[in-house]
Amino acid sequence: MTALVFDFVPIWTLILGVGVFLYVLLDGFDLGVGILYGFAPDRDARNLVMNSIAPIWDGNETWLVLGGVALLAAFPLAFAIILPAVYFPLLVMLLSLIFRGVAFEFRYRDAEHRTLWDHGFCYGSMLGAFAQGVVLGAFIEGFEIDGRHFAGSSIDCFTPFTFLTGVALVFGYALLGAGWLILKTEGPLQDWARRLGRFAFIGVLVAIAAVSLWTPLLQPSIASRWFSWPNVALFSPVPIATAVIAYWEWRSLNNRSEAAPFVGAILLFVMSYLGIAISMWPMIVPYKYTLWEAASSESTQAFLAVGTLFLLPVILMYTGWSYWVFRGKVRADIGYH
Amino acid sequence: MSLDPLLLSRIQFAWVIGWHFLLPAFTVGLASFIAVLEGLHLATGREIYFRISTFWIRIFAVSFAMGVVSGIVMPFQLGTNWSRYSDAVSNVLSPLFAYEALVAFFLEAAFLGVLLFGRNLVPRWAHFFAALMVASGTLASTFWILATNSWMQTPAGYTMVDGRFMPQDWLQIIFSPSFPYRLAHTVDAVYITTGFVVGGVAAYYLLRERFVEEARTTLSMTLWLLTVLVPLQMFLGDQHGLNTLEHQPAKLAAIEAIWTTKSRVPLNLFAIPDEKSETDHYVISIPDLGSLILTHDPNGTVRGLKDFPADQRPPVAIPFFAFRIMVGIGLAMLALVAISWWLRWKGELFDERWFLRLCVLASPLGFIAVLAGWATTEVGRQPWTVYGLLRTADSVTPSLTGVDVALSLAGYSLVYILVFATGIALMLRIVRAGPAAADAEPEDEIESGRPRQPVRALPVGQAGSRT
Repeated sequence: MTALVFDFVPIWTLILGVGVFLYVLLDGFDLGVGILYGFAPDRDARNLVMNSIAPIWDGNETWLVLGGVALLAAFPLAFAIILPAVYFPLLVMLLSLIFRGVAFEFRYRDAEHRTLWDHGFCYGSMLGAFAQGVVLGAFIEGFEIDGRHFAGSSIDCFTPFTFLTGVALVFGYALLGAGWLILKTEGPLQDWARRLGRFAFIGVLVAIAAVSLWTPLLQPSIASRWFSWPNVALFSPVPIATAVIAYWEWRSLNNRSEAAPFVGAILLFVMSYLGIAISMWPMIVPYKYTLWEAASSESTQAFLAVGTLFLLPVILMYTGWSYWVFRGKVRADIGYH
Repeated sequence: MSLDPLLLSRIQFAWVIGWHFLLPAFTVGLASFIAVLEGLHLATGREIYFRISTFWIRIFAVSFAMGVVSGIVMPFQLGTNWSRYSDAVSNVLSPLFAYEALVAFFLEAAFLGVLLFGRNLVPRWAHFFAALMVASGTLASTFWILATNSWMQTPAGYTMVDGRFMPQDWLQIIFSPSFPYRLAHTVDAVYITTGFVVGGVAAYYLLRERFVEEARTTLSMTLWLLTVLVPLQMFLGDQHGLNTLEHQPAKLAAIEAIWTTKSRVPLNLFAIPDEKSETDHYVISIPDLGSLILTHDPNGTVRGLKDFPADQRPPVAIPFFAFRIMVGIGLAMLALVAISWWLRWKGELFDERWFLRLCVLASPLGFIAVLAGWATTEVGRQPWTVYGLLRTADSVTPSLTGVDVALSLAGYSLVYILVFATGIALMLRIVRAGPAAADAEPEDEIESGRPRQPVRALPVGQAGSRT
């Protein structure tokens, strides 16, 4: 490798950061809809709830694949160390996503076993969200590493902290899902979504507080990141803004606004994401390898960046179009069946 | 009891990719078929294309959903179970994986929603465009994933730095020596697979004298397509074989169970390969034909397995038998297509019940052939993940224990059996219900819990149109 001509690492950090966030946001709300689905009052409600995401869930989940392969492409060392470390949470996530993914079709086609697929959809969404939260928690806690390999055991990732982050994400996704349903439904179903949204919101609030307090205790480096001068002044807008957004979210869950709860939930996710990014920067394999140390070759990053920077806007455009086609309140009669 | 994480990881990978592979093998072809039908409907305005398309879209929806969820599993397998492989090859292969997601998956996913649910929400041309984009997405996906696979078979365009592959020439990496042959052979294979399924379903309706108009159009279209594709596949397979002889001689020797290097090798029709004694038992063979087929010269020399150190040879029995299953099915398909020419010439294509029954029986053959072909090429690549360079044994994740992988394999086994069994049963149910059910099966009737049977028994004519 000769002298660095152009540093692609910041670009890839941004692409991966945005890609993973879009996944969390998009599959977050449809996993959240799946979680709430289990609480729907009757079959008509369940049909509407499912129809609200049926045309788009597949595209949302594609961001997970992109997140995985972008990590492999841009920061392969992180991919090779982190994935084995979260072997079982990923297994649970993948199997859960299978169940909830096929439930869209199977529930309708397999009337004799509809209850099974109803449960598969709800618990699959819930377990999938929980498993992703465990992955996040394990990432924050860090891994036992030997050279270029994960050297710990496959059950290291199950700790009280990762259990907390798992539960936190379930509430977080449920809040996003409630926001989406408030946007897409009307009448009694919308009121129902608001009620569940308020419940999820309280869970989110407790979870954000608990994780924010616990995380600096886990790692001295994170504590000094936030609490040393001048960082404490520099980063103080993050918790303050979070508090303001939380207040606004609570108000909009209680008044008649239709879009605000969803927007507020998204903003809460933005703030939490930002908080984690601030805590971890510039590590991609926590406390061991930085983004630059884990990066793939310049040629690899360049070759993929060219296409990605061209393709991502195109993808966002036609994905936007497909959302636009299904705009407005969800109707019972949508469907090809 | 000692559980070997390497062996279990290999079984797990074979299990999850084997099931997954069946779906693209069907949906790639089906997406193109649907796009053609939508295009014909748009161009001619004939109602029948619309009815056939609507019917197949319903089957496509089920199979595509299963393909998506089983496909998401795949990239994660590389990290969880094959982390050293990922570390070693990522600089070269990861952009290919990523381009598959960027070019193909998003395209399929975004337009799938419109294809399935948007018929009444967008103009007709836009619906056709969505079908076209889904079909393009499936083909783009095939392109990139086979580029990746081909590079593992015939690596090119790289340099080694500290035991890891580094890119040198991206065109050589994407268009590695076996890629054009593998791509052509595989795309043709999945089209043929879909062709036999679609044709088999049409023959099933003709036998039962239901949906006759739809079935005739479908069967005729399908057999014309297969008339081109099946003979073409013979040619492509032969070319692919020559390529394997040149670049992966040990694999070819295993496929043919040839132990000793010589010219004028016979073609083994049957044998029980014995790796211990380095010989074959119970051989049934045709003299000289092996050299003729493999090298296109009856005097051609073919290298035997003994030319390669024992620890660089693939297992012999699996490639040998899997290859024979694939070729056997190919010949049976060719025979069926040849019969169709004769019947078509006589004008009895839709009348001969024995032929229609053969078509029904042949409908799953493509899947078996595709799996056999895949087993041939992947087992034949052993003991390497990157042919000749990176051993499978050196690719597995070092931190995994046998118990870890046994648990995950159990999980994948149970879930896949349940999900795939249900999915197949549901697709068969859609087939039994037939094209007319497109409109006779509105959501509210089903959702109200009324029995399905009377709905299914509706006469054809009662099904209104919906454009």
